Amino acid sequence: MKTHTKSYLLLLPIVALLISACGRPEEGSGRSVIQNKGSDTLVNVAQAWAEAYQTVNPNVAVAVTGGGSGTGIAALMNGTVDIANASREMKESEMKELTAAGHAPKEHVVGYDALAIFLHKDNPIQEISLQQLKAIYGDGGTIEKWSQLGVKVPGCKSDEIIRVSRQNNSGTYAYFREAVLDESDFKLGSRDMHGSKDVVDLVMNTACAIGYSGLAYATDEVHMPCVISTPDSACVAPTIDSALDGTYPIARPLFMYTAGEPTGATKDYLDWILSNDGQCIILGKGYAPATPPTCSTTAM
Amino acid sequence: MSSKAQKAMAHMDRRDLSWYVDRAVQILMFVGGISAIVFIIGIFVFISKEGFSFTFGRFDIVEFFTSMNWRPTSESRETYGAFALIVGTASITGMAMLIAIPFSLGAAIYIGEFATGKTRESLKVLVELLAAIPSVVWGFIGLTIMNGLIIQLFNVPIGLNVLNAGVILGLMAAPIMTTIAEDALKAVPDRYREAAEAMGATKWQVIVKVVIPASKNGLVSAVLLGIGRAFGETMAVLMASGHSINIPGSVFDSVRALTATIAAELGETAVGSDHYGALFTLGIFLFLITFIINLTADVMVRGIRNK
Repeated sequence: MKTHTKSYLLLLPIVALLISACGRPEEGSGRSVIQNKGSDTLVNVAQAWAEAYQTVNPNVAVAVTGGGSGTGIAALMNGTVDIANASREMKESEMKELTAAGHAPKEHVVGYDALAIFLHKDNPIQEISLQQLKAIYGDGGTIEKWSQLGVKVPGCKSDEIIRVSRQNNSGTYAYFREAVLDESDFKLGSRDMHGSKDVVDLVMNTACAIGYSGLAYATDEVHMPCVISTPDSACVAPTIDSALDGTYPIARPLFMYTAGEPTGATKDYLDWILSNDGQCIILGKGYAPATPPTCSTTAM
Repeated sequence: MSSKAQKAMAHMDRRDLSWYVDRAVQILMFVGGISAIVFIIGIFVFISKEGFSFTFGRFDIVEFFTSMNWRPTSESRETYGAFALIVGTASITGMAMLIAIPFSLGAAIYIGEFATGKTRESLKVLVELLAAIPSVVWGFIGLTIMNGLIIQLFNVPIGLNVLNAGVILGLMAAPIMTTIAEDALKAVPDRYREAAEAMGATKWQVIVKVVIPASKNGLVSAVLLGIGRAFGETMAVLMASGHSINIPGSVFDSVRALTATIAAELGETAVGSDHYGALFTLGIFLFLITFIINLTADVMVRGIRNK
């Protein structure tokens, strides 16, 4: 008993040391640290950038954390981060607050994400319009059954459309509401998944389901219909190219925000992200780059 | 004996290393003993502090308890109706107990009264092993295996529903219920059983007429602890329930639980916002409910004991 207590007590300072070591990247040793926080959609790419930047400039360490677009922007206001990642545009209120504090935010578009509509692979629907999506997902929308869309989905005997959505504070959810539902509310009763990958997994296993997520999460087990924006426009398939040239109706820009014009190490880092090398990394992660890079296949 | 005690007393008075060790351990034990109270109060103060700005500000008690419109991030008008979440939690907990009570009491009676030797020991180990499975693993089983199984077996469009979450939670709560119920059965003195058998009672009669009534307190607390476990479980429920704001009409409907809502939304909510406060208000509500369940258990067990 006594020895147990002792060994636990010995562990305490070690744990404390570890915690303090994690919280404080070394300062004053000639290295500068860029704090980068925000969107969970961007977190994988941001981490890949941070890792690759180690070889480009070993004197700069980039610390990346997720937590959501709102969290990142809040941290930028508090001055605890240098760069905030966001999968949505900064709200006017957030802009005002930052400008009032003397740091007019600077927006950098670092890439694009096409929001793909996911269906079970047996679902015969090949094209879907934004109006139909609004009637399926939007509050007061009348489409509840697959037969209302003129199809019979094999394996879906109840004919009911199982709506798969995201938790209500995700950037993806907010973008879908903005782009498809015209800022009106979602119909209650959707299955709200906690992550883009969960949406695809559920749709994969459920014949009656429809879902939406970033194109980067597509797998061979689900199928993505092309999307029609207005009744007389062509149906555009979600691809990196269609997101890039703006023809795909539900593609959103991915942002990095800085408080004021970036300077020093932060500026160098952002310049590198928008350079050919940086853009190849975001392309490799399945998102559309901000400027089309030329990449060797190994970089992907 | 007395000289030995005297020696020990003298030993205590001398302030040598052993004395200090003794004191230190005593203090450590005291801190350990009261830490539960300190933590509970600390947690309650924290939750209240974060939630009260909402509870006494934006909060609308009628909306909270009667509306199913949980739209905390709406662009037009935020609404905070928790009715569907409360019904969701209640339905999953109810389903879990329907599964867990017969299973765990049956297992406890078999392990405690029938099984002997190796069977008994290995069963006890296996039951405890079941309790060691992390909840995210249970959730994963619900999401992948149970989902497909329910779709196939019952011919329903989606397998993430009250039944799925209830079965998963029932299996999660069963081990702890079995262990406590078995302890309760063990606590019944053997002379009760012997007396009943001497009167000519069969094994079944002994269990139903003597052992179960005598261990009622323990069995009730086993069930209540199971309810507490099911009520507070988060991860598995989040994954297996479908996480859909819905008043269930059958066990095949998806629902959303209070705990899962907090887990899913708190991470991306701006600190200090109405939404943040609303989630903490859900936390206060959960805390009060568990408090009431535990208090009821305590009062009930005491009441039975005093009779």
